[in-house]
Amino acid sequence: MTTLGSRRHWTGFAIGLVWFFFILWPLMGIKPGGLEFIPALLVWARIAAAALFIFVLWLLRQQGALGFLERPAARLGAAVSGAARVVPRTAWIAAVLAASMTLPLFAERYALDVAINVLVYVCLGLGLNVVVGMAGLLDLGYIAFYGVGAYTYALLSVHFGLSFWLCLPLAAGLAAVAGCIIGYPTLRMRGDYLAIVTLGFGEIVRIVLNNWMSLTNGPNGILGIKPPTLPWLQDGLWGVLELRALGGLYYVILGLAAFTVLAVYRLNHSRIGRAFEAVREDETAAQLMGVNTFAIKLLAYAMGAIFGGLAGAFFAARMRFVSPESFTFMESAMVLAMVVLGGMGSIPGVILGALALIALPEVFRGFELYRMLVFGGVMAVMMIINPRGLWPAKRVGQRSEERGHG
Amino acid sequence: MEYFIQQLINGITLGGVYALVALGYTMVYGIIQLINFAHGEFFAAGGYMGVILISWLAAQGVPPTICLVLSLGLTMGYCALLATAVEQVAYRPLRQSSRLSVLLSALGMSIFLQNGLMLTQGVYDRAYPTEITRGGLHFGMVTFSYMQILIVAVTAILLVGLNALVFRTRIGKAMRATAQDKTMSALVGINSGRIISLTFAVGAGLAAAAGIMVGLYYGSVRYDMGFVPGIKAFAAAVLGGIGNITGAMLGGFIIGMVEIMAAGYISSEYKDVFAFIILIAVLYFMPTGIMGENVDDTRV
Repeated sequence: MTTLGSRRHWTGFAIGLVWFFFILWPLMGIKPGGLEFIPALLVWARIAAAALFIFVLWLLRQQGALGFLERPAARLGAAVSGAARVVPRTAWIAAVLAASMTLPLFAERYALDVAINVLVYVCLGLGLNVVVGMAGLLDLGYIAFYGVGAYTYALLSVHFGLSFWLCLPLAAGLAAVAGCIIGYPTLRMRGDYLAIVTLGFGEIVRIVLNNWMSLTNGPNGILGIKPPTLPWLQDGLWGVLELRALGGLYYVILGLAAFTVLAVYRLNHSRIGRAFEAVREDETAAQLMGVNTFAIKLLAYAMGAIFGGLAGAFFAARMRFVSPESFTFMESAMVLAMVVLGGMGSIPGVILGALALIALPEVFRGFELYRMLVFGGVMAVMMIINPRGLWPAKRVGQRSEERGHG
Repeated sequence: MEYFIQQLINGITLGGVYALVALGYTMVYGIIQLINFAHGEFFAAGGYMGVILISWLAAQGVPPTICLVLSLGLTMGYCALLATAVEQVAYRPLRQSSRLSVLLSALGMSIFLQNGLMLTQGVYDRAYPTEITRGGLHFGMVTFSYMQILIVAVTAILLVGLNALVFRTRIGKAMRATAQDKTMSALVGINSGRIISLTFAVGAGLAAAAGIMVGLYYGSVRYDMGFVPGIKAFAAAVLGGIGNITGAMLGGFIIGMVEIMAAGYISSEYKDVFAFIILIAVLYFMPTGIMGENVDDTRV
């Protein structure tokens, strides 16, 4: 499944990689003033060493030198997956669900915090997956919908004291409206134009949030957002329980994530889902088969936006504070990296991607700073080595454009 | 009136910068139909390489004028090489892949370079030695700073030079041939791989020149300085008609002028929004841009 076929290409790529890191040295190795030469060089050296290590490993594998490790591993993998297949899929899903339901009982605060983060990104990733993975529309401003959802709840909660549960559909609805507003003028464009225009829209939303002082309080953000509440029976009277503890919040986001997974799964197997894929594979052919491509693309946008809006409302309720800083392009890029890494169009893939990109950096705390750097590198390399992702979707065909490029 | 003339001068200065960056987008798009997301990073790399070289040369006691010229030349050359390396690693292996793959790879490269800069050069603004270019000409209330004169002059020289390269030389002819038809140009003996590399190199060199001048103009550089100007320059390239070199120059000046005028007369907080609005409006109402006539429907 490699894009690079022949050995000649690989040697070219290897030479290019060495050249690339060599040429980066002066830029990233020298600081003006020259005094900080060594620390900067060290950072650079680590990046280069990591890249080289991975590359050598990969090269060895290509040559079959790692066979002595790989063959037993493959046999073990086959045995495990064989055993896994014996157990029905519903049992697996039940096991995952049970494990995630009981997590707050034994997990400590920190682990729970990470788990909540992962689930928020699962919602975001799955939402973006509808747009990018299923409908094949590259959206680089996805985080705008997250922002719309977050600000919707923040404003309604602070000014009108509306409950979280009432605001949740409102946030989703407003995000969908925003999706349509952004989608309407842009969806006539193809591929790469769409990407840069959505990027522009994402930035516009952030700039507006930053500068509309009277509504959003600008860069200072909005404070005092109420946490989600539940009706609670206390001393024979119905009161309201505020879910301030992480455990309660965890169940809220778990519910939202489960809803998202279910909705996207059902969508994937519906007529609309098929239409999304038809548009992705070949827009002209889809149109010929009677798919209203414009409406379908707009729908994909709105649906993706809904999940972003839900996740945004939860984000505001959990942090009890929102500011435009949380909705930068880098966030969009991170969500996109999850979708790409996991496999475009694949639900388990996106969940895996969210786990890999949120939970793994927590494990390697010391490398926190390198996170985005690694994301970027992985994204580029993934496209070359395995464009379908870690857990590829089942129904992905040759894209119509695949032949035409370059 | 004086305010207007001052804004006009500022607009031309900024427009020149956008024009230089836009050329890289338009040339690369013209030849391989790729939006080079990493292009803004060459602009930032130029800014940083410039500050490194200028400080170092100034510390060696090189006279300011020579120091400037030398740093400009070396930075452009450096970024040109960097661009060929990026092309070789992130784009060339994907020549046969889907456009989405190449776009994502370009985006990944952009994130990689930006964060690499942040990690090694720091999160904060890095100051430029501005004493070299302090001062200016005063006409009543209107100031034409030396830096602005420098930017306009360098931009003009580079634009004329690029025009000569593309329209007067054999290499330029090869570039235009490759942009028109890769297979045919390969058949007549043009090494298209090398021409594509060269296109990246030329575009990045121009962006690097813009980066170093922006650094001198505003007095500092930042690791993420390539992002927003990158999008604006892309808007300029689209406005001029993507793939069209003269169009990109024109588009750059228009975007620069609109931004400065909007900041001066409408709202300085929202000045970044106008370029995006122009981009969206152009793509919606006249996707071929001002000068682009040879755009087939696969591009839009």
